Amino acid sequence: MTRMSVPWRPGGKQVHRGPAALVAGIAKALYATFAPLVRAFPGPLLIGAIVAVIVGVWINYLVFEFVDDSLVASSTNLAGETGLLGGPLALGEVRAGLTTSGVPGSGILCYVLYPLQYGVVRDVVSMGGILGFISVIPLYTIWWERKVAGRIQSRTGPMRVGGWHGWSQSMADGIKLICKEDLCPASADRPLFKLAPYLAFVPAILAFFALPFGTYWVFRQVDVALVFILAMLGIEVIGVILAGWASNNKWSVYGAMREACQMVSYEIPMGMALLIPIMVVGSLSLTTVGDTQSEGWTSWIVFRSPFTFAAAVAYFVAALANCKRAPFDLPESESELVAGFHTEYSGFRWSLFFFGEYAAMFVVSGLCVILFLGAWYSPLPMSLADRWGLGDSVGARAIKGLLFAGPLWFVAKCVFLLYVQIWIRWTLPRIRIDQVLYACIQVLLPLMMVLLLGHTLYELFVPVHGFVWTVFNLVLSLIGAVFVLGMIFIATYGFWNRVGLVGSLGVETLPGS
Amino acid sequence: MGTTVLQSGSDVLTDVEGSEQGDLRTEEMLVNMGPQHPATHGVLRVVLRTDGEMVLESVPHIGYLHRCAEKIGENLQPFQYIPYTDRMDYLAGMNNNQAFSIAIEKLVGIEVPLRAQFIRVIFAELNRIASHLVAFGTYGLDMGAFTPFLYAFREREMILDLFESTCGARLTYSYITIGGVHDDLPDRFLEVLDEFLDYFEPKIDEYNQLLSFNHIFVKRTANVGVISADDAVRWALTGPVLRASGVNWDLRKSTPYEIYDRFDFDIPIGLPGGREGVPRSVVVGDSWNRHIVKVWEMRQSCRIIRQAMAQITDGPHIAAKVKNVKLPDDEVYVEIENPRGQLGFYVRGDGSSIPARVKVRGPSFCNISVLNHVGKGCLLADIPAIVGSIDIVMGECDR
Repeated sequence: MTRMSVPWRPGGKQVHRGPAALVAGIAKALYATFAPLVRAFPGPLLIGAIVAVIVGVWINYLVFEFVDDSLVASSTNLAGETGLLGGPLALGEVRAGLTTSGVPGSGILCYVLYPLQYGVVRDVVSMGGILGFISVIPLYTIWWERKVAGRIQSRTGPMRVGGWHGWSQSMADGIKLICKEDLCPASADRPLFKLAPYLAFVPAILAFFALPFGTYWVFRQVDVALVFILAMLGIEVIGVILAGWASNNKWSVYGAMREACQMVSYEIPMGMALLIPIMVVGSLSLTTVGDTQSEGWTSWIVFRSPFTFAAAVAYFVAALANCKRAPFDLPESESELVAGFHTEYSGFRWSLFFFGEYAAMFVVSGLCVILFLGAWYSPLPMSLADRWGLGDSVGARAIKGLLFAGPLWFVAKCVFLLYVQIWIRWTLPRIRIDQVLYACIQVLLPLMMVLLLGHTLYELFVPVHGFVWTVFNLVLSLIGAVFVLGMIFIATYGFWNRVGLVGSLGVETLPGS
Repeated sequence: MGTTVLQSGSDVLTDVEGSEQGDLRTEEMLVNMGPQHPATHGVLRVVLRTDGEMVLESVPHIGYLHRCAEKIGENLQPFQYIPYTDRMDYLAGMNNNQAFSIAIEKLVGIEVPLRAQFIRVIFAELNRIASHLVAFGTYGLDMGAFTPFLYAFREREMILDLFESTCGARLTYSYITIGGVHDDLPDRFLEVLDEFLDYFEPKIDEYNQLLSFNHIFVKRTANVGVISADDAVRWALTGPVLRASGVNWDLRKSTPYEIYDRFDFDIPIGLPGGREGVPRSVVVGDSWNRHIVKVWEMRQSCRIIRQAMAQITDGPHIAAKVKNVKLPDDEVYVEIENPRGQLGFYVRGDGSSIPARVKVRGPSFCNISVLNHVGKGCLLADIPAIVGSIDIVMGECDR
């Protein structure tokens, strides 16, 4: 007997129970409130939102820096060394500390900064920020992926929802998915089936808690952040295997088994690739690794030696496989396995897999950026800021945050790597499972061993800032610069010389035209 | 069942029956691929007996799209049956119309005007290009490359626009009919067609660059599902599948029908790797060759169309008095070269205007029969590669 959980009344009206009712209610209310507004001013709202996010990130950056710099400094001066930040300060002390730093508007600002000295308040604020960010990333990555795919395929992608280039398409999809029926096949293992999406989704979010977006922009300053993030990315595979197994569908099992093979194999070269920058810096703390690359383009670890350069490329390939992105998207290859491990999933649970996948994409891009591509530093060296005489005043910090270092740079680099992943996906065919494993075990793994050994010897025998070292550094930096500039040039050329989509040739001869 | 081990040095999974080598005991599994599966091109159902990722047996089950096409032909006058032939191989409606029309013309003895024959050739070849574009695009989809599909459909849209400007339909044309073609060409048709060919021919190289010679694509298709020339003949394979196995057999060349003997064109056949830019891992009769033969055929079709455009004459586009013809008490069997292979119509008349028997020999139906033969011992991911390269249309397979 087939039994499916169908939350429909005889009248045909959909009924949500428990938390689902709350979420659906909120979604509907939000839609009722904002839909007319969005429909009226789509363009200004989108641009306003982007500007607001940038300004918000930037202001937050300044505030957190102040909390960490000024307040800690003043608290050690004023209140000794108890508590998380050196003991709670009185409001007056905060104001005094701000006034001595020369901050304008310290009278108002002290009320904002005062609660931030308590760890729990900072945790809540930053967790809210992280969760918001994680929710926005998949929404916009999916929208962007569809737009990029559309352009690659000489069509337009989503154009309707939201008015301006379908910018709220993903949100509409999200609302639809939340409102859909929560279907569980009768033959499935119910508890495991319902648990699996969370096991795939939650680790991807947890990885963000140790991922620094800037020197002070990290939820928890974990000394072994890299190991933590890799562990979290590794847990995701359990959710996928569970989903495939609990679905009780043969295609799902195939997808899950492929995922298990692929993820477990590719974690090894991925981890080995990440060891090389760790060896350069000598620390597993991502903040420390990031902060060593502050001296501009040539100081980025990817350009440090030929081995790091190769390791960056190898890492990106392994990361693609680890995120099951094309050409390694075998676990969900729709032309072979229908939809792989999430064949039986629909609605909200299905979207959790998607959220997990896109969040993981961002995390592996973030790791690549921190460990190879200069973390949150711009191609301009920080010493230039000192030469320009930018001190610690608010204006100087603001300029530094935009031009030299800051979460905006980090996010921009991550978004670029996301774009590369999307670009690859819509260009290349898919590899076969035995070729995937061959590429890992017979090609990437030996390559990584050679690179690891080679870099060890390079660090040992090639003196830093010696002649050989400098030549390699400059040549590799030049290759990187040519690559990036070439890409920008080609993109610009293509943008200016784009032709309209090919129209119908025979339209004018059609009857009735 | 034995165990499966990955042989070192080769990327082929080998079955080791009852061997002590492996330490994994595996179980066979029966999997249903289709009739609702994204890679089976319609409603083909393949029952796979698998051991892990390896396929031991793949049995195609057909009939989900059976619409009594042949029986309907025995209840209608021939010109009424033309629209039903469209719906067999719905990607090559023109060629189907042409095959049935030639059969009836031969049976009754109708002389087709020369202009109509040129128009038929132009449209049959255009439809061949359109059909191969779909095959090319969906084969990319089967391999996980989405983009070539959209490019192929963009070009196909133009061909469909040309068709629509001529006969008003975009998929089921019923344009080529008994005694000629239904309407004459519209004004400026040949100009626009010329424009299209100028646009289209350079694009073929672009597609090859994007898909056919892509390293991953070659890896996925080269040496997969190899059909030897002997096997191809023995399984009665026709069309690009046969030619990819190295058999130089094309009805347009070997037994020219219509006016194909007036044109100069080549028959692309499957090539071994390492020659003429063919990737080294390719062997004659593999999936890559079945794919590339279609791409090369598109270029040859362009050549034929250009020659037909140059030679086309004025005159009537349809013979007089073709409706309500009495079919003589005789039988006829006509085969023409469809995009997918040889499409044959057997028609027997009994003196009335309605055929006593209509029988169709469909290329997809014959070609898919080889699936189990070539699909033994391949990987699960190779099944879409083989099915896609055989390029079936279930409408014509099930009829």
